[in-house]
Amino acid sequence: MNKIKCALIGPGNIGTDLLYKLKRSPVLEPVWMVGIDPASEGLARARDLGLKTTSDGVDGLLPHVKADGIQIAFDATSAYVHAENSRKLNALGVMMIDLTPAAIGPFCVPPVNLKEHVGKREMNVNMVTCGGQATIPMVAAVSRVQPVSYGEIVATVSSRSVGPGTRKNIDEFTRTTASAIERVGGAARGKAIIVINPAEPPLIMRDTIHCLTESAPRAAEIEESVHDMIRQVQAYVPGYRLVNGPVIDLDTHRVSIFMEVAGLGDFLPKYAGNLDIMTAAAARTAEMFAEEILNGSLSLEPVPA
Amino acid sequence: MNLKGKKVTLHDNTLRDGMHPKRHQITLDQMLAVARGLDEAGMPLIEVTHGDGLGGASVNYGFPLHSDEEYLGAVIPAMKHTKVSALLLPGIGTVEHLRMAHELGVHTIRVATHCTEADVSEQHIGLARKLDMDTVGFLMMAHMIEPEQLVAQARLMESYGANCVYVTDSAGHMLPDDVTARVTAVRQALKPETEIGFHGHHNMSMGVANSLAAIEAGASRIDGSTNGLGAGAGNTPLEVFVAVANRMGIETGVDLYRIMDVAEDLVLPMMEHLVRIDRDSLTLGYAGVYSSFLLFAKRAGAKYGIASRDILVELGRRGMVGGQEDMIEDTAITMARERATAAVEG
Repeated sequence: MNKIKCALIGPGNIGTDLLYKLKRSPVLEPVWMVGIDPASEGLARARDLGLKTTSDGVDGLLPHVKADGIQIAFDATSAYVHAENSRKLNALGVMMIDLTPAAIGPFCVPPVNLKEHVGKREMNVNMVTCGGQATIPMVAAVSRVQPVSYGEIVATVSSRSVGPGTRKNIDEFTRTTASAIERVGGAARGKAIIVINPAEPPLIMRDTIHCLTESAPRAAEIEESVHDMIRQVQAYVPGYRLVNGPVIDLDTHRVSIFMEVAGLGDFLPKYAGNLDIMTAAAARTAEMFAEEILNGSLSLEPVPA
Repeated sequence: MNLKGKKVTLHDNTLRDGMHPKRHQITLDQMLAVARGLDEAGMPLIEVTHGDGLGGASVNYGFPLHSDEEYLGAVIPAMKHTKVSALLLPGIGTVEHLRMAHELGVHTIRVATHCTEADVSEQHIGLARKLDMDTVGFLMMAHMIEPEQLVAQARLMESYGANCVYVTDSAGHMLPDDVTARVTAVRQALKPETEIGFHGHHNMSMGVANSLAAIEAGASRIDGSTNGLGAGAGNTPLEVFVAVANRMGIETGVDLYRIMDVAEDLVLPMMEHLVRIDRDSLTLGYAGVYSSFLLFAKRAGAKYGIASRDILVELGRRGMVGGQEDMIEDTAITMARERATAAVEG
């Protein structure tokens, strides 16, 4: 079967883990890995796995896009360079899946709104944040039952799984996640909290979702909706697990859901479910676009600069 | 111990750490009365925000009676001498909250992180420095790491622009020797012009003794609260500390009888329960658990039929850090389920 050819930008932990996932995909074929440091371990690893590599950044990839038939690119660099990368690749008709917090394109949380994006032929979609991928499906599971006036999430991640980029701009996490709780999760107002825990052995990512419903929560429907949504996330993140809840408080209209996210352990350790759910969601998103391209219902066009 | 002639800046936390035992429900009138009383007593600095800092209003930590803006907006214009500080925990509060506090006239910003995670404070400390605020780094749960590890984290905060770094005993677990070791190490490592502070909790009754150890080791800012109103068994009781300081010749500039009267006439009547060393707050200190978990564990214990002490010990065993209040109900549910299963199997 034909596969859609992809490029990965950023050979760090996220890019490498994503590469492992793409190698298994029935519809995607990773062809290029793009870095900026010729001595990068990530580039060497990608070469060992049979990819073409460049250390000249996206400019090193551009001359090969047409010849190698690249149609989808993943950006796992930083918000600062993403806009430029996206503009250059979109101009050649390559669709961008953005794993940085740049959020130029619309937020994508696969089980909630991926189909909608495919239908709109978006050329750039943003994967929100790790905490957003882990919690927004649950906010949506409640808000599709009844209106949610307030959605709040607490993401607790192992200290070892939080890179320097996130640490330098932790507000970007809270801001972007809170915004996506509203826009994708469907809560009228959103709040996000992140806690970093240094315990050894490292703790597996934990996520708590608190929703306040406008009217008294409809317990049975919420339970069913939550369990159904968990199964949809498990389709691409098998380690997505309900630990406790939903706790439903009829007096305060509070619905609390306690999740744990273990990664697949492809390249990143299993406790880093926060990173795994990002790469898994990005791969899932690309696969859905790829399926549409392969069955002829979607064709990507260059975006004039 | 000879501390005669040492000058120390006291920092009252009644209206911030004291929000925890008050479930963040202090009224504006109560805030104003206490703040004015402390102003008249000569307290140089008081902290005013949600107990979990700017932006703490949440399901997870509790919704306050009034917003941070409302509290700060009411207290700051009413102060004649006393300066006002605000706490900010990166991951909960953001630079937008910091800018809001600055615009309302907050003098001191304290950026708090878990003791191993100082590098998440760079953007907040950096902005406060740029705004020329009194900028403080606040290393919480400092008992959990060795002095040399704490030094590395304190250096980071100083490098981002903090002009004062705190050794914070959030669990009230430290003994005076633990304080001496940490404050001494940090004092030696940082620039002479960078101040060192100590924030104690009274869970093991060590608030005053630990503060003295901190001063002897080079700390010049001491936290506490009036009548000890704070999380767990409360903070170092400042009226007691002032009395001790007077006898030892430590200069605080605070009037003893006036702060005694604030404690007795204003703060004591505000207490919903007596903030004291009960078995749960003693457990916080003994097991080294974050003090603000106290009331959450009591509530979860009552709801799920588990002794709150058992929940606190389990949270400590699992290495929970400040901010993980969500894990208290989660842990109680898990413990209740495991016990029910064990009872059936047994």
